[in-house]
Parts: sequence; structure tokens; C-alpha cells
Amino acid sequence: MKYQSQAIAKWYWFVAMALFAVQVLGGLLAGFIYVQPNFLSELMPFNIVRMLHSNALIVWLLLGFFGAAYYIIPEESEREIHSPTIAYLQLILLVAGTLGAVLTYIFDFFPGHWLLGKQGREFLEQPLWVKLGIIVAALMFLYNVSITVLAGRKTAITNVLLLGLWGIAVFFLFALYNPNNLALDKVYWWWVVHLWVEGVWELVMASVLAFIMLKLTGVDREVIEKWLYVIVATSLFTGVLGTGHHYYWIGAPAYWTWIGSIFSSLEVIPFFGMVVFTFMMVWKGRRNHPNRAALLWSLGCSVLAFFGAGVWGFLHTLHSINYYTHGTQVTAAHGHLAFFGAYVALNIAIMTYAFPQIFKANPYNQVLNMASFWVMSSAMAFMTFVLTFAGAVQTHLQRVLGMNYMEVQEQLSLFYWMRFGSGVVLIIGVLMWLYAMLGPRREVEIAPESVYSPAE
Amino acid sequence: MSPPEPSGADAFSGLPGNPMMWVLIASELLVFGAALLAFSGARAFDPAGFALAQAQLDRFTGLLNVMVLVTSGLFAALGVAAVRVHKPGVARLHLALASLLGLVFLGFKIAEYRAEFAAGISFESGTFFTLYFLITGFHALHVVLGIIILAIVGVFATPENVETGAAFWHMVDLVWLLVFPVVYLIR
Repeated sequence: MKYQSQAIAKWYWFVAMALFAVQVLGGLLAGFIYVQPNFLSELMPFNIVRMLHSNALIVWLLLGFFGAAYYIIPEESEREIHSPTIAYLQLILLVAGTLGAVLTYIFDFFPGHWLLGKQGREFLEQPLWVKLGIIVAALMFLYNVSITVLAGRKTAITNVLLLGLWGIAVFFLFALYNPNNLALDKVYWWWVVHLWVEGVWELVMASVLAFIMLKLTGVDREVIEKWLYVIVATSLFTGVLGTGHHYYWIGAPAYWTWIGSIFSSLEVIPFFGMVVFTFMMVWKGRRNHPNRAALLWSLGCSVLAFFGAGVWGFLHTLHSINYYTHGTQVTAAHGHLAFFGAYVALNIAIMTYAFPQIFKANPYNQVLNMASFWVMSSAMAFMTFVLTFAGAVQTHLQRVLGMNYMEVQEQLSLFYWMRFGSGVVLIIGVLMWLYAMLGPRREVEIAPESVYSPAE
Repeated sequence: MSPPEPSGADAFSGLPGNPMMWVLIASELLVFGAALLAFSGARAFDPAGFALAQAQLDRFTGLLNVMVLVTSGLFAALGVAAVRVHKPGVARLHLALASLLGLVFLGFKIAEYRAEFAAGISFESGTFFTLYFLITGFHALHVVLGIIILAIVGVFATPENVETGAAFWHMVDLVWLLVFPVVYLIR
């Protein structure tokens, strides 16, 4: 760590880690309710648990991105963050908003209130005051990092990172638009949900991976930048019109079935590009960086994102297939591996890289960290397979044979038990990783000082 | 002599113009390729319906537009040749002629659409016409974008810029060469 203000990242990442724990515990609870449906049904109904699970995920990933930006931008721009005070105020605001949202989910003090109540919008359930707070926090953040970048050295990595972060803020504005017409609501709702994870988040992912590759492999910046631009171009080219694959059955015109099928089936290209990019950089790299755990997570990130987002997305993106699989467990399988591969592993990779630097320590607890990668990834892969089989069975029984929804759910209970089991293993992996990062620093890597100097 | 670079880093070296344009061209060809594949797939499910719908298309105008775009591609290539021998003025003239033929293409295409709309055909008149309007409309948008790109590289007429613009323009006319037989001719 060369700049004092890079330490801001640490606080964002601490909060992100806490929410990561909340997220997976929520997932475990939801997975248990799948097999014991009456569990906590009065205290914490399933829809609330699911809301916690998905929203905690989104918020911790975003906090991770903010942390990554505060860590990467000083080093790339070669100057301190414009205002650490604003950065900390932004974090406080985000934590207050998160707590407010969680309390509203669980206790619902003001049911139906326009400002303080829930809005009943999947993934965008935050009460209006929280949404407004998020926008204020986003403005503070964008002001802070944009000023820093504009005043300092401009690199492709910061340009793409800023483009992604500005995109996240701009598209979030559509969360404020809540028309009464449900079809219209969904059309714009996807502008947040889809254009985030299959658009601008990919820019953040590509730029953070590029930064890690630059630091770990020592490959020339020009080579890395070329790859970065190609990945960004293909992800925007396919991802923006790929939104059409959410417009199949919501009341939008029929031509969206074709636009969505054609463009979204090409969304696999940028993810494949990231696999080739990361492996090529490591292969060409002249440097053996001692932080092998960060390297493992980075390679794992691109590979699992390719399978989770790319391959499992393609499985059900063609409208003639989606007609049968829509909203089945196939979607759940895709969602889990895609989020884990693309964004969870990305955040873990940058944290694993940056924590030793922030603590001014040599890489530590690497064996435990790498073991946690294999535990988490295996658990998630198993969960994905199980849910895919469940989805195939569900599609056949429910959509082809026309059995009742609840009858079909009975048939899936074995799969749900196995999914719960993989959830337990996943949580063990998460705890291993948290302990490796935050616990006592053992098995410290001894390496010559020169390898820690940044590559140019 | 320095040892050769390992392959992969510069997969685009040797291609004229800006390498990012070739990324775009490859992506565009994939999209149009996927669209034509979808079109052919849909035809396999309903050959009779597609033949009936195809008979309502104006093949003559479609063929005329093949000639127009190929000729326009010739002028773009002459523009590249001129700028390479340091004659930016001549290059601009050729690029202007190429753009003009692009406008002629759009004129014919609009006349074609108008006749179809007048005959009561629309976006929603079955799978054939949904795909017909999507593919040809998407292509026409690329002609518009191509004219804008040719105008820009005409103003900043360096060899690299003109090569970049011409590469895009050739992609646009190549795509029409593929769209025309698949949509208008094959039964």
C-alpha cells in the first residue's frame, strides 16, 4: 500500500464481510425452509428471509466494489483520495441505510407508507428513504473518486472502473420509477437488475481483474489494457440488448424474443474473454508473486463466472427453451453460480490481494485461504448441479406434464435436502476464509522485497 | 533482431485500421450470423408460411441494393487507396460518393418498407416478417452509422482512420450480401 487513503477500503471491506456472513446465513435459513416449510413461518416468513439473502448479497458486493475503488484508484491515479472524510461519511450513510432496510424487512414499522414502508418490489424492496440515501451516497462516492481520477494519472483501468461505477449509479435511478402498470414496471426494473449484473458490473469486474493481473503477473500494462478494452466492448455490445431476454413473457412486443435470444446468447463471449485473459496473463507473466491465494481466486473468478454466468445463462436464454424453464430451479442454479463466480469470487480476490498490503504484512494464511476456495467452489458447484437437476425435473413435471406446482415441489425434496447440505459446506468455507483474512496471521510468506513493487 | 513475441498478444496485428474496429466487426458478424441462423431455423419449422411471406418481398429492389452497396464499397476502397498515397482530397471525394450511395440504399430500403406497410404488413405479421424487419432494420441502422463513421474519417482523413472507417463499411455491405440471399431468395 503506497497511499494512506487506500486504507479507507479496509472499512468498506469489514462491513462487506459482515454482510457476507449475514447473506450466507440467510441463504442457509432459506434453504432449510425449503425442506421444512413451516420453520419460522410466523416470525420470519420465507419471502423476508429470501429478501435478506438477496439484498445482503447485492449490498455487500457493492460495498466490496466501493472498497476496491478506494484501494485501486489512489495507486492507479498516483495520488491520495480527494476526501477521506467524504468516503467515511458515505460508508456511515450506507450502513445506516442497510440497517434501516433490514429493520423495515423484519419489523415493518410503517406498513404501506410511501416513504418509510416496503415497496414490494423484488430485489428493489428498499423503502424510498433508503433509496434516496443510496443515491446521496453514490453522488458522494462519484464526486470523490472522479475528482481523484481527474486530478491524477489516467489509466485504462481507472477509466473502465469509473465508467462501470457511474453506470451503476445512473441505472439505479430507474429504481425510483415505479409505474402502476406491472409490465411497464418490469421493463424498467430490469434496467437496474439486468444492466447492473450483465452490463456495468462486468466493467467493474474486468477492471479489477486487470488491476490484479497487472500486480500479480507483471505483464506489460499495454497488453493488459488491450484485453480490457476488448472485454469491455464485447460485454456492452452483447449485454445491453441482451436485456431482451427478460422481456419474453412480461407483456413486451414479440420481437424482443428474437433480440433477447440473439444478443444474450453472445453474452458468454466477454466471460470467455476473461478466462482467456487471466490464464494468458499468468502464463505470460514474468513474475511469481507470493500472493498465490489472490491468484487462485482471480483465476477461479473468471472460470466460475464463465460457467455460472456464461454457460448456465446460455442454457435457458433462448426463448424457445425459456418458454419451459422460466422461473424454475434452473434459474436458481444459474443465479447462484453466476453471482458466486463473477462477483463474490472477484471481491474475495481483491480483498485477498489487498489485505496483506493494507496491513503492511507479507501474504499470510494462504493455505487456509486456498482451501476455503476449494471448499466454497465445490459446495457452490454441487449446489448448482443439484438445482439444475431439480430444474430439469421441475420443467418436465410442471411445464410438460402439467402437474401442480406444490405436487412438483414434493418431488424435488431430495434435491432440496442436498442443496441444504451444500449450503452448510459453503458456510464452512466462508468461515474458513473469514478466519484466514481476519484471524491471527500465521504461515507468513517470506519473499524478497522487490516482488512487492508495482509493475509498470 | 529481437525474438518474436509469443502469439496471442497481437492477434490483430496486420489488419488495417484500428484493432478495436475488428473487435466490433467480429461481434457484428456474430450477431448477424446468429440472426440469419435463427431465420433459417424458423424457416425449417414453417417452410410453407415462409415461402408465402417471402413472395411478398420486393426482390428487384433488394438486388438493386446489392449493386448499390457493392459499388459503394468500391468507392470506399478507392478512398483508402488515395489516402495511402497522400491524396486526402481525392480520398474525401471517394468517401463522399460511398456515403451518397449509402443514402441511395436507405432510400430504396425506405421505399420498400413503405410499400410493405401500405400492403398491411407489419412487425407483428408472423415470424417471417418479425425477423425480416429486425434483420434488415438492424442492418439499415448500420448503414446510417457507417455513413456517420465515413463522414468522421473523411474529416480526419489519416490512413489509419480511413482504413478503420472503410473496414466497417465493407462489413456493412458484406452483411447485406449475406442477408439478401438468405431472406429474399432461398426457399
